Amino acid sequence: MEFFLVTLLNSLSYGLLLFMLSSGLTLIFSMMGVLNFAHASFYMLGAYFAFQTSQAIGFWPALVVAPIAVAALGAITERYGLRTVHKYGHVAELLFTFGLAYIIEEIVHLIWGRAPVEYKIPAVLDFSAFSIFSTQYPAYRVFMMLVSVGMLIALYFALTRTRIGLIIQASLTHPDMVESLGHNVPRVFMTVFAGGAALAGLAGVIGGNAFVTEPGMAASVGTIVFVVVVFGGMGSLAGAFVASLVIGAVQTFSVGFDYSLLNLFALLGIETSADSAWYDLWKVTISQAGPVLPYILMVLMLIFRPKGLMGTREG
Amino acid sequence: MTAMLEVKDLHAYYGKSHILHGVHLNVQQGEIVSLLGRNGVGRSTTIKTVMGQVQGTGSVKFKGEEMMGLKAYMVARKGLGYVPENRDIFPTLTVRQNLLLGQKGRKPSGRWSMEDMFNLFPRLRERAEAPAGVMSGGEQQMLTLCRTLMGDPDLVMIDEPTEGLAPKIVEQVAGLFDEIKNRGISILLVEQKLTIALKISQRVYVMGHGQIVFEGTPDDLRANEAVRKEWLEV
Repeated sequence: MEFFLVTLLNSLSYGLLLFMLSSGLTLIFSMMGVLNFAHASFYMLGAYFAFQTSQAIGFWPALVVAPIAVAALGAITERYGLRTVHKYGHVAELLFTFGLAYIIEEIVHLIWGRAPVEYKIPAVLDFSAFSIFSTQYPAYRVFMMLVSVGMLIALYFALTRTRIGLIIQASLTHPDMVESLGHNVPRVFMTVFAGGAALAGLAGVIGGNAFVTEPGMAASVGTIVFVVVVFGGMGSLAGAFVASLVIGAVQTFSVGFDYSLLNLFALLGIETSADSAWYDLWKVTISQAGPVLPYILMVLMLIFRPKGLMGTREG
Repeated sequence: MTAMLEVKDLHAYYGKSHILHGVHLNVQQGEIVSLLGRNGVGRSTTIKTVMGQVQGTGSVKFKGEEMMGLKAYMVARKGLGYVPENRDIFPTLTVRQNLLLGQKGRKPSGRWSMEDMFNLFPRLRERAEAPAGVMSGGEQQMLTLCRTLMGDPDLVMIDEPTEGLAPKIVEQVAGLFDEIKNRGISILLVEQKLTIALKISQRVYVMGHGQIVFEGTPDDLRANEAVRKEWLEV
């Protein structure tokens, strides 16, 4: 019970963090038709910027400054990068973002080195918020959830209640029509790209110190975010939300289970021994298989429902 | 009087295929002009090129100003309205939100208010808070027209507005054209139904193979059986 509650809270905070990344990615994808391979790099930059600025001006200003800096980089990327290669088609755009991810990683190597940096949880939040049975639950995890939920609510209202939000919604499906009505759609694209980068940056600020800030963080979280977007359905915010929580839970819970298929066989009364065929496969525990579970889920989704959980595009 | 819209020597290409071969046409202030012709002769491409959605060469002067090379949103802001053939409503937004996005700024401007639209088409008022995607084809057509008018254009280009509509709704749409004209707005209409076009237009153009093959008044076209046979009748 204790394990379950603590893991549930951890998976929730991780899932919400994933949503901060996947929401931007899925918005950018449905609007421009480009899967942004550099999206997780903005997450990493958010963490490094926060590490750097929090040393100079403290964590709280960094919480605001770092996402804004990442947003500015996002805007520049769209305006001078993607828009320039757009005329060569989607493949060129994909290659551009793919290359950008490598460039950002190398720049991070150059500036901050290959080892993890000491980006620490701020002292004011470094205490235990409450205890579940014998486990002290860290306040910073609660803070992460609050920031994520706050962002979620803000994003929802921005998209459904503001004029620019309506223009973004309309541009997701009918960009040409929106432009014919006199709206500056290229600028809307840039805004969405910058906004998505800012969300990724914010996720980096609050995730970088909770986990670890190192040059490999973009690659490790990036693939998971793609899984989330494919699983939830390309272009669906609601789908991305559900998928983030599901994948977050799968990743977090799987660590704690030591069951393998052998346990299932035993339950079903099937005799197995070390000489049985495929014995090595049967004895793999869920916790060992944890890292591949999200990908298995994604493959299953692609087989049985190629458009994803709530995707609108046909597979 | 200078023309509201003056198109000269307009060429357009989709990839390697040459679609428009030097189209000439003009529309005067407050005039309804129809662009007729069979499917695939380049009528829709003509107005898309004028709008800046399709790349082209030649000259498109609107109120004396060159539009060629401007982006579609800039052309729209100069006062050219466009109602596409495929009724590009925003399906997940409500009818009211669709109309609001027709406005170019935060505040309603110029000749049309939301109330005008609701009075012209009471059906839109009834469905104001419903998602536009659930409306019938006719209702969506009205919404597309009204949405463009909310942007207060001086000239609207309307592509096949009566396509697939019930006769009763066709009448309503034709009624709206009168209302538009009464407010001094010009219309460039792409139409296939000859009867409607001849009834409401002051002048007509006939297109064939990416060129204008006839221009004149509706009476001229009625009298010219050869043109009708060769370029219009199926």
